Amino acid sequence: MQHPDNHALNVVLAEAGLSRRDFLGFCATLAAAYALPASSVGAIAAALEKAPRASVIWLSFQECTGCTESLTRSHAPSVEGLILEQISLDYHHTLQAASGAAAERARDAAMRANAGKYLLVVDGSIPLGNAGYSTIAGLSNLDMLKEAAQGAAAVIAVGTCAAYGGLPAADPNPTGAVAVSAIVKDKPVINVPGCPPIPVVITGVLAHFLTFGTLPELDDLGRPKIFYGESIHDRCYRRPFYDQGKFADTFDDEGARKGWCLFKLGCKGPVTYNACATTKWNNGVSFPIQSGHGCLGCSEPGFWDMGPFYQALSMPATPVQKTVAGAAAAGAAVGVAVAFANRGKKAAAKAAHQAVKVEDLEKKS
Amino acid sequence: MNGLELLTWARGPGLALALGICVFGVILRSVEILALGRKPDLAPARAVTPGSGWRTIFSRSLPPPGMLRRAPLTYLGGYVFHLGFAVTLFFFVPHIELIRGVLGLSWPGLPNSLIDAATIAAILAMIALLIGRLVDPVKRLLSGGGDWLAWALTFAPLATGYAAYHHWFENYALTLALHILSIELLLALLPFTKLFHVVSLFMARWYNGDIAGRKGVAT
Repeated sequence: MQHPDNHALNVVLAEAGLSRRDFLGFCATLAAAYALPASSVGAIAAALEKAPRASVIWLSFQECTGCTESLTRSHAPSVEGLILEQISLDYHHTLQAASGAAAERARDAAMRANAGKYLLVVDGSIPLGNAGYSTIAGLSNLDMLKEAAQGAAAVIAVGTCAAYGGLPAADPNPTGAVAVSAIVKDKPVINVPGCPPIPVVITGVLAHFLTFGTLPELDDLGRPKIFYGESIHDRCYRRPFYDQGKFADTFDDEGARKGWCLFKLGCKGPVTYNACATTKWNNGVSFPIQSGHGCLGCSEPGFWDMGPFYQALSMPATPVQKTVAGAAAAGAAVGVAVAFANRGKKAAAKAAHQAVKVEDLEKKS
Repeated sequence: MNGLELLTWARGPGLALALGICVFGVILRSVEILALGRKPDLAPARAVTPGSGWRTIFSRSLPPPGMLRRAPLTYLGGYVFHLGFAVTLFFFVPHIELIRGVLGLSWPGLPNSLIDAATIAAILAMIALLIGRLVDPVKRLLSGGGDWLAWALTFAPLATGYAAYHHWFENYALTLALHILSIELLLALLPFTKLFHVVSLFMARWYNGDIAGRKGVAT
């Protein structure tokens, strides 16, 4: 669908078969999410309506395209989809029609035309080990990121790979994969982690940028607080079962059927910050815990290396038995050695003992 | 290193290290104590009192007549702390899962509200015992660095665990990591401080009860 650069939103809405009420509903959701007063809904709507189409360049590095799949699998026509209509997606491997030199020309043109203003979205991690591990049009991921970040207004690292290294960076990290924030230091980088991230979180960040011209408030891991401010555990509808001590022990026992807490089955909800439990997936239908599987912690740094997925968070992340057995053997060995040393001391003390007779004591010196 | 990475370290290498030091120390000291031996008692036993040693293990936990009135804080505070600590340690489901992960043993847990009450009781008892120790001139005179260390090592896991469970601090993963690290410090130092009574108490009480029985003053 083509739109003029300064198209009116009502035209887009009509084309998409959505009412203005739907659009205002989305604006109200955003206002609530950003903790803004109800009166700001009109301002958000007006800003989005007036906003010129921001140029977005989307780079895909060491990734699986899951993040793009997540975004495009939002039910069409969705209000989130509409927000994407508000941007000019000038370069995106999966979604663009052009390929080869034409695609790269489009990227160059967009970067030149919108220098200093475009949004750079990155999914996938960047290999530092060998430039040849991942290249696009002959350019290493590192060079392409540096080049594209130079003229960007801000960089959005979409997905856990771009935000924290993700799967490619998991132990032993064969490609030397790093996050976007490890390369881009002089531009604002906003992390939108998740494997994949929730579509509304990606569009929410874009909408914030379009509305206010700024990026939302971030937590200490560079994530927007509005979506990553609370843990899955604290917002989980199964939380009361955790507090009552009611747990599923296997995936098919009575507890699982009754929808009890999945902590014992490895749920990482207590240490995972994301909006899954509130916004949910597939247009609010469900989220992993609701469908009976614990949270994997996919929006957290290093989640692949947080220990087994199916063991409780309080269990050892790596086996300890061998260390303990070795320590026990060493303890016993040293204990026996010390015991012999003590016996030796006792024997020496006994040998050095001077026999004292009564007469000796009575002797006058 | 962020909170979650610290937590993962604490759950992995940190735990292995702490458990290793703890087991090493406990076995070393136990072997050393037991191997010291005692001189053979050549005198015939004054009375045949089977089980005196075993009974003493339990009876020494009861106050001698009149002592409860003379030192209520010591006894009641001690009971509340030890019971509260044991309930928290052995009946909080994540703790049971940890034990299952290490030893393969498990048992039913208690609801969190009861664990919460037990933790609060243990914390308050520890604070009361600390104040009692500071205020009472005799106890203060008797207390050395080892006593204050043992108190701090025991109090830290309770306090950090309570803070983590109730989300006192924004960074939950970091609070949880500090909780686990405080336990690891406790484990690592347990064999080499007064906390070794967790193990030695049973040997000592059994020996005292048994030898007393042989001398005709069985429990």
